[in-house]
Amino acid sequence: MDSALATTDPADLHAEQEHGHVSLPQHRHHFETVEQQREAGSFGMWLFLLTEIMFFGGMFLAYLLYRNWYYPAFVVGSNQLSVRIGTFNTMVLITSGFCMAIGVWAAEVRKRSLLTAMLVTTTLLGVLFLSLKYDEYHEKYELHHIPGNNFNVSMFTNPAGYGIKEAPLPPDMAQKTQVFFFLYFAMTGMHALHMIIGLGILCWLIPRARRGDFSSGYVAPVENFALYWHFIDVVWLFLYPLLYLINRHPMH
Amino acid sequence: MSTAVGNTIVSLPDQSTAQLPKRHYINNEYGLLSWLLTEDHKRIALLYLFSVTFFFFIGGAFAGLIRLELLTPQPDLVAADTYNKFFTMHGLIMIFLFLVPSIPGVLGNFLIPLMIGARDLAFPKLNLLSWYVYMAGGTLTLAALVLGGVDTGWTFTTPLSTHYLNTHVITAAMAIFITGFSSILTGINFIVTIHRMRCPGMTWFRMPLFLWAHYAASLLMVLGTPVLATTLVLVALERLFGIGIFDPAKGGDPLLFQHLFWFYSHPAVYIMILPGMGVISEVISTCSRKRIFGYTAVAFSSVAIALFGFFVWEHHMFIMGVSSYSALVFSLLTMLVAVPSAIKIFNWAFTLQKGSITFETPMLYCFGFMGLFTIGGLTGVFLGSLGMDIHLTETYFVVAHFHFVMVGGGLMAFLAGIHFWWPKMTGRMYPETISKLAAVTTFIGFNLTFLPQFVLGYLGLPRRYAAYPPEFQVLNVLSTAGATVLGFGYMLPMLYLVWSLKYGAIAGSNPWQATGLEWQIASPPPTENFAEIPIMDHEVYDYEWLANKTKKEVTTVG
Repeated sequence: MDSALATTDPADLHAEQEHGHVSLPQHRHHFETVEQQREAGSFGMWLFLLTEIMFFGGMFLAYLLYRNWYYPAFVVGSNQLSVRIGTFNTMVLITSGFCMAIGVWAAEVRKRSLLTAMLVTTTLLGVLFLSLKYDEYHEKYELHHIPGNNFNVSMFTNPAGYGIKEAPLPPDMAQKTQVFFFLYFAMTGMHALHMIIGLGILCWLIPRARRGDFSSGYVAPVENFALYWHFIDVVWLFLYPLLYLINRHPMH
Repeated sequence: MSTAVGNTIVSLPDQSTAQLPKRHYINNEYGLLSWLLTEDHKRIALLYLFSVTFFFFIGGAFAGLIRLELLTPQPDLVAADTYNKFFTMHGLIMIFLFLVPSIPGVLGNFLIPLMIGARDLAFPKLNLLSWYVYMAGGTLTLAALVLGGVDTGWTFTTPLSTHYLNTHVITAAMAIFITGFSSILTGINFIVTIHRMRCPGMTWFRMPLFLWAHYAASLLMVLGTPVLATTLVLVALERLFGIGIFDPAKGGDPLLFQHLFWFYSHPAVYIMILPGMGVISEVISTCSRKRIFGYTAVAFSSVAIALFGFFVWEHHMFIMGVSSYSALVFSLLTMLVAVPSAIKIFNWAFTLQKGSITFETPMLYCFGFMGLFTIGGLTGVFLGSLGMDIHLTETYFVVAHFHFVMVGGGLMAFLAGIHFWWPKMTGRMYPETISKLAAVTTFIGFNLTFLPQFVLGYLGLPRRYAAYPPEFQVLNVLSTAGATVLGFGYMLPMLYLVWSLKYGAIAGSNPWQATGLEWQIASPPPTENFAEIPIMDHEVYDYEWLANKTKKEVTTVG
């Protein structure tokens, strides 16, 4: 108890570090060691990600079910998505994940400015991803492909009229494209929501990183946030093929 | 100096000289803010205790109104749609705001760090946050009630909830969505704490079974609750925008809702019962002075229940047009859950065998649990059998089965635990005679309420109707009479426990002569729990170790 109190004094902290002890001002009193605290934090984060997997799992289940039932509608719906933007966005997201990983390394080797730069890059790439996503959403809005009362199936019942090379769907199957678009919006929307939350946390991490909070051995927030960010990347790596690429095989 | 009187293990310090410790977690700080901003797991446990009790009595009031309406065959107390709102509120409040958070939130929060020899849970701030999230969900539920109620039943079944009702479904669904996050946060906190915060020497197989049970329940919370969250979001979207995921007219499938909902809500009943089983293990061991028979089997049966619990959800849907082959598989899996549950009951029974059994109040509640849970479990096997289920499903038989397991099981265990650890939480004993009376009253009232419902259900009375044919009145009157007795049985602890805060006998650190680490420190415990982190140098439930330790203490003092 006494030593934990003492370490909150920066002078003592400095002295202790010189003697090679691992003692941090962020050490919470109910943990015996800093190591225990760090392990608990990252373990908790992994568990949280597990709950996230289950959260997305429900939607993946719905996708699996409806894709089996309404395969033609899913193919046509999927063809409406821009593979170019999707692929580019995938690269953007992977790059941001890479920057985040460099950021963690920078925090561990106590390079303050590199860490800040990497966090800023991650943020910018995240914003870029969301802007492109917004562009895609906007296009769907203009085409009346947002599920609900304004949903318009004429593009799928009469593709030739829109200049699309696609076999026309019978009206009842064309109606099922709505299910595809609902899943598209629900899944990418939830993914985007997670990114927005992530960007919010980044905006909180950046000033702290600049102040040097994470370049004196205390890297837990950066490390745990990186886990979260990578998780978002991984979710996208499943969404991208399922939503954009389902019909891109040699048969067609 | 202890005074063991008659046939009891309770040993209290000499009341003329005994005092509560000068400084403990309750008087460490004063003022409302010191409670609302506390990060101490013990204080958060008390916050939970107040709030779950509050919601319990609101949910109980609805139960009373339901039973009062069913006193006569006609819907004469309230109109049928008001009745629908009553049973929906009763279900929502009792399940999501009482049963799910009760034992983990109160006893789990209070005891997990004490039992594993830690100063707090791994994430104290998250713990406080989970209480606030719970309160936000609870407030929103009350808002749905005040705004005019919701009448979907607690299951939010589609298409009823999405297409046919004009009540506050979205408010209620969001309330439950939010409450779910409280349970996720608690689950994460418990798992990390049990993995990472155990004191030296506290191996997995030296952990009290209370911890194993909470560990298993936490796994269910962490894995199941997010699926409920997705489901409720989808229901809200369906209602708001008509997106069609559960709407057959637009290509959706209402059965998908049931799959997603029961994927959480079946494991949820294990979230409610497993912590209760943990309580029973502790009390039975202490009140029969024996190590739990088959400790390892009981520990693993908790995990097995958690595991099997995820693979039985379809038994809620046997009559809803699922494939008969999958129904066969799920029926078999449902029977399999009975195995770990039975392992627990048999092991408790063998623990009692040749034990020095004493009949204190927590033990009476435990006996109540064992009997009622066994009936509830066996009737569950009836319902899991495909042929029987077609006859019994959606009748009062299901209502009776569920209440035997949840109220006869979960609530009895909660009361057992509250009485057993009351001296640790407050430093004072509850009054023994009147609490025994309460335990017996509860048991009698419970059976009178719900045994007739088995008969009603077998005769074919469907649940969730405000009216019924007159020939069912006798059984319904019996049930309502029982509910009155039961209500009285639940009021009693409320009164005498409050009384005991001021007038109860001072308990001393270990009134039960129990072996857990939580009993080796002062009652109420100091804020930091342990002056120095203890070392677990003996097996769990080792009463010889305790006897030696006590002997040594006496010689040192003498």
